[in-house]
Amino acid sequence: MGIILSIENLWLEREGKAILRRVNLSVQQGTVHCLLGRNGSGKSTLAYTLIGSRGYVPSQGRIVFDGKDITHLSITDRARLGLTLAWQEPARFEGIRVGDYIALGMKEPSRERIEEALRAVALSPAEYLHRTVNENLSGGERKRIELAAVYAMRPKLAILDEPDSGIDVLSLDDIARLIRRMTEEGVTVLLITHRDRMVPVADVASLICEGEIIRTGDPRTVREHYARRCVPCKVAEPVETVRDYERYQ
Amino acid sequence: MNATNRFAREFEAIVKAYEMAGGDPAVFRSPRIASLVVSGSKVLGANETPGIHLEAEELPSGVRARVIVEPGVHIEYPVHLCFGVLPKEGVQEIHSHFEIGDGAQVAFLTHCTFPNAVKVKHVMDARIRVGKGALMHYAESHYHGESGGIEVISKAQIEVEEGGRYISGFELTHGRVGKLEFDYVVDVAARGVAELTAKAYGYGDDEIVVRETIRLNGERARGMAKSRIAVRDRARSEVVGTTEGNAPFTRGHVDCVEIVRDNAVANAIPVVRVKDPTAYITHEAAIGTVNKKELETLMARGLSEEEAVDVIIKGMLEG
Repeated sequence: MGIILSIENLWLEREGKAILRRVNLSVQQGTVHCLLGRNGSGKSTLAYTLIGSRGYVPSQGRIVFDGKDITHLSITDRARLGLTLAWQEPARFEGIRVGDYIALGMKEPSRERIEEALRAVALSPAEYLHRTVNENLSGGERKRIELAAVYAMRPKLAILDEPDSGIDVLSLDDIARLIRRMTEEGVTVLLITHRDRMVPVADVASLICEGEIIRTGDPRTVREHYARRCVPCKVAEPVETVRDYERYQ
Repeated sequence: MNATNRFAREFEAIVKAYEMAGGDPAVFRSPRIASLVVSGSKVLGANETPGIHLEAEELPSGVRARVIVEPGVHIEYPVHLCFGVLPKEGVQEIHSHFEIGDGAQVAFLTHCTFPNAVKVKHVMDARIRVGKGALMHYAESHYHGESGGIEVISKAQIEVEEGGRYISGFELTHGRVGKLEFDYVVDVAARGVAELTAKAYGYGDDEIVVRETIRLNGERARGMAKSRIAVRDRARSEVVGTTEGNAPFTRGHVDCVEIVRDNAVANAIPVVRVKDPTAYITHEAAIGTVNKKELETLMARGLSEEEAVDVIIKGMLEG
């Protein structure tokens, strides 16, 4: 298996401040790579930069995905190459039904696959297929549907941003099962989390602090370091939180 | 061609236009479904069912219609109303009076279709009384052509009596809007309910004005004025949603969302007026471009920006 994602000396700066600093990271195809870090350490910022979000243009470095330099490609082009994100706080859509929302990302939408995706996140297709992806869904339900949509899409690389955060989300076992199903279908997973309990799901883990990857290696070693040195954090100031996303157009 | 053939052909043509507007033409042949078909100023068909009376009188430039639902009657199937102008030019004025008897329940599906309009004016002027404990659903959808040469003036004065409910939806989301002036005013008595929803999608140089006014005059009356408008190109929109809490324990809400693209301009004026300290009226209005996260979520699924915007706007207008 080769490297599906290579991040090389990536910098993202805002108002003279480095938000991401010399990020170097390689993700092996077919693996689960956990990116661990406290809130505000730059995890979500890196995710937005990887998918090509507006306002997240690196000042230095490059992103190579599946052998292609995607640093300056649009979100759409990156998604069509097979790179997508399950958002930490998913958007809500007035008037779009769950089934249609999941189908939007599928190359060949089928009802079977949509229902399978809903069942994979422990939601009943009969109950949810025709509901609207709006504010009538709880935050937890919305997150499950987001994960179902990414699962149904079968991307080459799925970035899962804090899939276990919030109320009424999937249990750790459910998330582990979902990730296993994804990898069995050939999907590589970059799992972003600030909870070290998620780390055992991964094959490799990296630790991010103040926008910089400070350690990569065996998940147990990285988890021990995080638990010992980072909780509570004594050194870092938040560089950017998920709430900043809307500010950058 | 004799008069009967001309009539039959015009009926077929307006029913075909009705089908283009999303309606099911079979309803006009069913004796169990009350219906009224008006093309220009001609009444082409009127079908009554037990408990509902439809009277239509032809005027020089339109029709005067009277719809009466007897007290206590529950009309099983929605009443279908079809209005339209098929030529490129013309004026159609529909002056209607709806009388929904105490305790009655009825739903209306109205399609207004102007597929060839280049210079057409369509006026709907309605007086509606929803009796005590009665329920009236009214849904009106428009289908316009692509020339934009149409002016729609849709006005209604609605009186909801004690415990009555009036729920309406207006949609102008297919074809060019042209010029739309929508103005509904509802007076709601004690424990009555009024819900108004207006949706429109303007482009080119379309002009949209939506005024929704709900006056909650009786104790514990409730109301919601909702609008969903999208404008692009050089289109303009203005929404004035007014809710008044004029009596004790009234509850009301004004909810306006407008999406603006290109060089379009949108205004929203939510008006909240309270004359009783126990009334509670809220409002929310959001105007702007498509939400960044909604847009990027869909783009991260592989949709182009234009496709994503289209999905979001359609969802908002059709949801």
